[in-house]
Amino acid sequence: MNKVFVNATDALHDVKDGMTLMLGGFGLCGIPENCIDALVNMNVKNLTCISNNAGVDDFGIGLMLKKRQVKKMISSYVGENAEFERQLLSGELEVDLIPQGTLATRCMMSGYGIPAFYTPAGVGTEIASGKEIRNFNGKDYLMELAFDADFAIVKAWKGDTMGNLIFKDTARNFNPLMAMAGKITVAEVEELVEPGILDANQIHTPGIYVHRIFQGINYEKRIEQRTVRKRL
Amino acid sequence: MLTKEQIAHRIARELKDGMYVNLGIGIPTLVANYVPEGMTITLQSENGLLGMGPFPFEGEEDPDLINAGKQTITTLPGSSFFDSAMSFGMIRAGKVDLTVLGAMEVAENGDIANWKIPGKMVKGMGGAMDLVAAARNIIVAMQHTDKAGNSKLLPQCTLPITGLKCVKKIVSDLGVFDVTPHGFSLLETAPGVSVDFIKEKTLGRLSISEHVAEIQF
Repeated sequence: MNKVFVNATDALHDVKDGMTLMLGGFGLCGIPENCIDALVNMNVKNLTCISNNAGVDDFGIGLMLKKRQVKKMISSYVGENAEFERQLLSGELEVDLIPQGTLATRCMMSGYGIPAFYTPAGVGTEIASGKEIRNFNGKDYLMELAFDADFAIVKAWKGDTMGNLIFKDTARNFNPLMAMAGKITVAEVEELVEPGILDANQIHTPGIYVHRIFQGINYEKRIEQRTVRKRL
Repeated sequence: MLTKEQIAHRIARELKDGMYVNLGIGIPTLVANYVPEGMTITLQSENGLLGMGPFPFEGEEDPDLINAGKQTITTLPGSSFFDSAMSFGMIRAGKVDLTVLGAMEVAENGDIANWKIPGKMVKGMGGAMDLVAAARNIIVAMQHTDKAGNSKLLPQCTLPITGLKCVKKIVSDLGVFDVTPHGFSLLETAPGVSVDFIKEKTLGRLSISEHVAEIQF
């Protein structure tokens, strides 16, 4: 068993046009930068991308949008990207907006082997249309389906060659959830180590969910809103 | 009329020691600046943090540590990180005691609209639908009227709904209101704002509490 790949291009070599990809991250925090660059260079097209956000014009998934590689975005919030807006208004891009907690849970449930669940989010709103509604203890809930993807592409802080992953701070966000939902899960990590180096008690994603792993390079980690306070 | 800071200041008086609180983007974020002295409030950021601290000192920003508004922040002693599913899990399960968020419209039965304006670019609901569907206690911070002076406290929402019958209290630039089974109930007026003016600017059903007082700062 070898899960270790040389780089993003190697780990994503069999991504094909028309596939569905999950991409981890919240805003620009914890996004798989190396893999996004590789997807841009491979120029795969007609992708359906499941990601909480759609990047900004010149970073993150915004780079794939710019090259018209994305047919459909499934996200909770897409407000930071002018090119996204242009493609949406011109009809080049489809978008499916999903409440953030529902999006996260749909990924997680896939990794837990549970096909559907009930959530109160969206009851009485336009996103409830066509969905089964059930009443539990006097309150209405929508049935939402678990979903998976051809590739789940995540970014972790540390990983080992068995595929075990540890995330850092709020860069965790959707990454461990999407890692559970890939038919093929690819993890890029800032630090790749041999088995036994990471403390088994600290593992966030057990390697069973991760099929491919590589050591990422040249992380830019762009900050979307730099907010600071003055030293007194 | 209340400034944005004063709206936040007034909402902060609803905090109780030990509460877990989620603050939305905009005026709600300012509530953190008015936590009463000696009170411990734990702020939840729905991208995966309990115990959100202040902005970092210049030069100490960490791109891996942001809040739900994508701003760089810090942690505090006792903070914890978790994934997005657990984050909304604790919200849905009612563990978060108070949610403060903004609104475009609130209806007299507590329905809220705050995610979409037909004909304008739709940016998405983010976590708003999850929050309003489940939070135990929701306070809305909002402007009472739109720029043309039309009431945003309505008999029914006209914009697409975010959640049903969920708003418990509103602090607007004109006053403080409970949302009751009988509509909005005016509890406090902003300094210099008359009850009659509030009546005129409120389209939804409005009752005046017996002990209406002016907000003091």
